[in-house]
Amino acid sequence: MGILDMIHVTKRFGGLIAVNDVTITVEPRTIHSIIGPNGAGKTTLFNCITGFYRADEGEIIFDGEPIQFLPPDEIARMGIARTYQNIRLFSNLSVLENVLVGMHSHLHSWFIEPILGLPSYKREEAEARKEAMRLLEFVELDDKAFFLSKNLPYGEQRRLEIARALALKPKVLLLDEPTAGMNPRETEETMALIRRLRDERGITIVLIEHDMKVVMNISDTISVLDYGQKIAEGTPLEIRTNPRVIEAYLGRGAAMGLSQAA
Amino acid sequence: MRGFPWRETIRTGLLGSVVALHLSLVGMVEAFSRREIVKDVVTLGQLLLLLVVLVAGYLAARKAAERNKAYAIIAGLIVGLIIGAVLAALALSIKPLHLRQVFTNASRGLVRVLLFDKKGMAGVLTLLAVMGGGGIAAGLLELLPNHVRRPLLYALIATLTLGLLRDIFAVILPRSISRFFYTSSGLTVKGAVVLAVAWTLYFAAAERWGQQVRGRLEALPPEKQKPLRLGAYAIALILLLVLPKLLGERGGYIFEVLDIVGIYIVMGLGLNIVVGFAGLLDLGYVAFFAIGAYTMAVLTTPELPAVRQYIPPMDFWEALPLALLASLLSGIILGVPVLKTRGDYLAIITLGFGEIIRLLVISDALKPILGGAQGITGVARPHLFGWTAKTPQDFFYFILVAIAIGFFISVRLKDSRLGRAWKAIREDEDVAIAMGIDHVATKLTAFATGATLAGLSGAIFSSKLFSIAPHSFNILISIYVLSLLIVGGIGSLPGVVVGAFALVGLPELLREFAEYRMLVYGAALVMMMIFRPQGLWPETLHAEEYARRKGTSTAKTATAGARE
Amino acid sequence: MWERIRVRLRHLSGTDIALWLISVVLVVLIVVGSINSLTSGRYTVRQWMDFIIFGLAQGGVYALIALGYTMVYGVLHMINFAHSEVFMSGPFTAYFVANALDKAGYFDSHPIISLAIVFVVAMSVSMFVAVVLEILAYRPLRGSPRLVPLITAIGASFFLQYTFRGLYGSGVKAYPDIAMLHGTWSIAGLNIQKTLVVVFIAAILLLVGLYTFVQKTKIGMGIRAVAEDQQAAALMGVDVDRMISMTFAVGGAGAGAAGVLYALIFKQVHFFMGFVPGIKAFTAAVLGGIGNIPGAMLGGLFLGVFESLGPSLFLEGLGVPAAYQLKDAIAFTMLVLVLIFRPTGILGERIAKRA
Repeated sequence: MGILDMIHVTKRFGGLIAVNDVTITVEPRTIHSIIGPNGAGKTTLFNCITGFYRADEGEIIFDGEPIQFLPPDEIARMGIARTYQNIRLFSNLSVLENVLVGMHSHLHSWFIEPILGLPSYKREEAEARKEAMRLLEFVELDDKAFFLSKNLPYGEQRRLEIARALALKPKVLLLDEPTAGMNPRETEETMALIRRLRDERGITIVLIEHDMKVVMNISDTISVLDYGQKIAEGTPLEIRTNPRVIEAYLGRGAAMGLSQAA
Repeated sequence: MRGFPWRETIRTGLLGSVVALHLSLVGMVEAFSRREIVKDVVTLGQLLLLLVVLVAGYLAARKAAERNKAYAIIAGLIVGLIIGAVLAALALSIKPLHLRQVFTNASRGLVRVLLFDKKGMAGVLTLLAVMGGGGIAAGLLELLPNHVRRPLLYALIATLTLGLLRDIFAVILPRSISRFFYTSSGLTVKGAVVLAVAWTLYFAAAERWGQQVRGRLEALPPEKQKPLRLGAYAIALILLLVLPKLLGERGGYIFEVLDIVGIYIVMGLGLNIVVGFAGLLDLGYVAFFAIGAYTMAVLTTPELPAVRQYIPPMDFWEALPLALLASLLSGIILGVPVLKTRGDYLAIITLGFGEIIRLLVISDALKPILGGAQGITGVARPHLFGWTAKTPQDFFYFILVAIAIGFFISVRLKDSRLGRAWKAIREDEDVAIAMGIDHVATKLTAFATGATLAGLSGAIFSSKLFSIAPHSFNILISIYVLSLLIVGGIGSLPGVVVGAFALVGLPELLREFAEYRMLVYGAALVMMMIFRPQGLWPETLHAEEYARRKGTSTAKTATAGARE
Repeated sequence: MWERIRVRLRHLSGTDIALWLISVVLVVLIVVGSINSLTSGRYTVRQWMDFIIFGLAQGGVYALIALGYTMVYGVLHMINFAHSEVFMSGPFTAYFVANALDKAGYFDSHPIISLAIVFVVAMSVSMFVAVVLEILAYRPLRGSPRLVPLITAIGASFFLQYTFRGLYGSGVKAYPDIAMLHGTWSIAGLNIQKTLVVVFIAAILLLVGLYTFVQKTKIGMGIRAVAEDQQAAALMGVDVDRMISMTFAVGGAGAGAAGVLYALIFKQVHFFMGFVPGIKAFTAAVLGGIGNIPGAMLGGLFLGVFESLGPSLFLEGLGVPAAYQLKDAIAFTMLVLVLIFRPTGILGERIAKRA
């Protein structure tokens, strides 16, 4: 049993089977990549894990507990955070506020505390701000804490999204194409950041990624999806030489050839 | 005239004509012509048409000036003449074509206003001259440099506003001064000239030195800024508290208006939490206002034997908490099912709820409890230590307290954990949920808080009016409140006040305006959404301001502050 | 299986339970009320039939209005709140034509031609208002956050309402009485008011006509293509702006015709006449699955009958005094319930929900 187990997960949309009987075990403190051609069902799988879709069949076990029937906010509070393929920040909130929203489930005040201005509330808020600034430092955005998040450049928005997810203090972090649209230098930095998350903070990372260089470089384990089915799993080396994987990619003429990345 | 943008100019002129025709046929021009801004010089109706010419002329002039400076004036003139000609055609065709049979406002009075009280050709020529003149003025305005145009425009607006608000100032000011500036309707000619000159000087000075003064104030260290700001607040507060005493008997009418504005401000603050903070478009907001008002009325009136049989009439202070509780509970009860839906469906659902409540209130089925279509009279009034509130001035204090409560709650919650959760849901509900926010509880809190403020407002309203009837609680109230939020700037607290004064205060002062209230609100909603979605007084995004004004230095100090 | 149910029950939220309780209570009330009414024999079978026929005629009108809501939603994903004013503008303007024709005696000598003229005028005006509304108010806001077009539509709705109030006056205008539609026809042993029969048949014909237009013509195809996928349609050479205008035009024509039918039933027009039928038609559109044209038709007919039967059937059965006053409340309750329990409608949303 890993920290996150998907056991025979199936998700259908009408006649279309987006995820078909997928079983994946994510080991703790690893970087586990899920790759596959477009439309292979990777993001759907993320949505099933986070509770936004209900899996039609199968089980999803997180930290020993089945979560497939839990509402998404409860799953988030249990310790699964995510980022999005097309960045989804709270664009009219400041950078700091974005992170503070991420810390929501670790704070306690509600209606009456702020109105009365209780000292405990003030202390909690000050603590939270400090903590948020530390997270922003971690992703090197602390000097932009008071910018509106929509005014950040693209690469920084990606980093902010990661910081916001980290604020949740997740055990598992789902990253949906974190390097999409980045230049090589930014990609390099992001990879370093992801490694630090695993090594310094002990967070398990599940990664959807199209850039094969990144995947091969960073992953401990790789699962390959095609047409909603898992067709291969293993270390980068095993995947690189797996004939089914090469067929899935090259057979369809996808230009991101694996041999090239190797 | 090489390269003159004929096509655009004529199109702008025709568009302006459509607007002018609309204003004339809808009846606004004639109705407003009864109000003089400057005695015997210009009425509000004429001003309305001139405004159309000015705006259209300015737009055409700006386009034309791109080719050649001189074209600006020609374009303005052409636009003015087109609008003038169309209006003249309307004025001349009303009688022969019997337009009155279809358009109720195509009256002889309208013809008189359009032709400046002159007959036939003389009237047409005057109209063309005035409109053409307006167009030329618009062209000139375009040619002026920015630092001249702005003070001139502001001074014009300020002077005209003072003319418009005659009913207030003529009463407030000491007689001798008031006699100089105002006649029985509108400004005197010399008063208008003096005011225009004074305002121009003021705005010119502000244009020249305003930035410096503001800069110096901001350069002060925060410890010195704070007492200054507090002082300003204190002075404003004292002024508000003393005002009723200062004006005495004369102020009755003004406070009548201020009370209504205040009631809307309280409602606006509540709806601002729901729509502005949490992004839930609630069109049935009036329901909670009604619930507060009806609870107060039903519990305190000596009427309604069916109720009195069980509960003796309460006094104001006993009923008030119950009214608040009732609106809070109904906010929760209506909120639970409603908040499962999202976005635009939520708007329609709340609208449906609002209508259901109204229909129940006027129905005979609930008449013994709620008074039916006739409503309820004899609502209790608030009393304190043997003193009972009766006059608008007395209620003013109560409303001020209610506004203060609304402000306090909004300010305190805005940047709290709850406030952030609201804003996160407003920005992107799915992501907010993925951040672990319990969206139902969060939205419900917003809904219930808004409902309670509406209930407070309603309770005071029914007590102030002494009697209530169901027609005071139709859907239009929800739309008024929504409009004032959007015009003021959604999510912005000062915006609520600005919006309430502009959209509720003005129509209360200008009676002839009342009939066109919804017309103007509707147009305002559309125009604000298209041209200025952030509103007149937008929410100050402290973040953006810090970032822009002081670069990263502020952020650094704030970081240091957070680290302490 | 059992395990699944158990887990599901464990995570049932309080709101869900509350909602189910509400719906159970409502169903029980409706059933008990209906049984009471039916067994009390307060109304004869004939009267029930009258209620149903009136409901069908009224429902036909709702269906025609609903067409506009549903098509616009299909194409732009917005609730055209001002559609109720599009509905009002046509018959309100056509009143003057109808009145003139009536005074000249044409309604007596050539009733069908006169009615046709009134229809054409009303449909053109509504079409014009709808198209201008789209171009001036909605087009500049395409692609902005969802609430923005809705607020604009609310503003436009009131602007139009009070524009027409200013133009034609705030009084109620009585539509001319058409001698041809007086009296009853006896169909299958029932005496049915001629007006209702004509309204119902006209509504069905118009619905079929407009639906065929959308299904069979090139323009209709373009509209459907835009509803399916705007970008793809644009890439295939469909003029998206024109198709959106056409959508508003078709919806406007339907609403204008519906307005005249409404005026034939209730014999009067006024500036506020659009609000309540507008909301009911919207309910019908949601009921049938918004974006789904045949659904809107069925939804309209169903709502019309339900609302016509409701007060007598279950409210009086429950002992509610003056139940007819709550007729509108039934429609609004229906709206609320549908939006809460089945926002995708009974027939299902034709367009996939886009996140």
